[in-house]
Amino acid sequence: MEHDPEPTSVADSIRITNDRQRIETLWNALESAMRERGYPKASTFAVRLALEEAMTNAFRHGLRDMPPGTPITVEYRIEPRCVCLAVEDPGPGFDPQDVPDPTTDENLVRPGGRGLLLIRAYMTRADFRNQGRRLEMVYEKPTEPPHRVD
Amino acid sequence: MPADETRLRITDQDGVTRVEFLDRNILDEASIQRIGEEIGEIIDASSEPKLLISFSNVDHMSSAALGTLITIHHKIRNRSGQLRLADIDPQIKEVFSITKLDRIFTIHEDTASALKSFG
Repeated sequence: MEHDPEPTSVADSIRITNDRQRIETLWNALESAMRERGYPKASTFAVRLALEEAMTNAFRHGLRDMPPGTPITVEYRIEPRCVCLAVEDPGPGFDPQDVPDPTTDENLVRPGGRGLLLIRAYMTRADFRNQGRRLEMVYEKPTEPPHRVD
Repeated sequence: MPADETRLRITDQDGVTRVEFLDRNILDEASIQRIGEEIGEIIDASSEPKLLISFSNVDHMSSAALGTLITIHHKIRNRSGQLRLADIDPQIKEVFSITKLDRIFTIHEDTASALKSFG
């Protein structure tokens, strides 16, 4: 029996403003590409969560002192085995070491500061570059259980 | 969507205010802010508010939404009220667990058990 060739990777780089409709359009493209490559629902949940948190951080903190409507850059590459994302803003940058642990007793009741924790929990890798302006994330598809041979 | 249109369904059951979300995704910052304000008004209108927030329709929520829930938690405590969360999808429940917010919120499997738990 002939198998369809595995879909190859799909990649794009876009500049996007803080507009919910445009963010939904971007997400719909990513989600379809992930589904076509066999990623389960848990994977699309993880990638959406990380992408939303990274974009929120870029819009809220990175662009804090920039004119409204300033875009950020989102790059993605969806491969059969992994998803690579990068979110970059043109702001002043920051030191990720300065972000306090939101799970300590002292910080647990604070309303903010959980985005980075969630990104690190759900992504296989998350690394800041360019003095904190660029966050590169990699999500590896979970390995499927081996097929049973009777 | 008009800016003042509610994204919540609010019902009263035996003195407990039950809040449900109309949207599957609680991600948009402006919507989250409106939700926080609307629930804040409900809390302010009662001396000892009993609030049940049901996540039965919710597929995704952001850390900003968690922040709003913490603010709601503080407001209810300040008015000697009670807050319960219920009907949370297992994937979202994991978000509560990773952030350790399952330590500060009282989370029930479903609405029925949450309703029974109010004192």
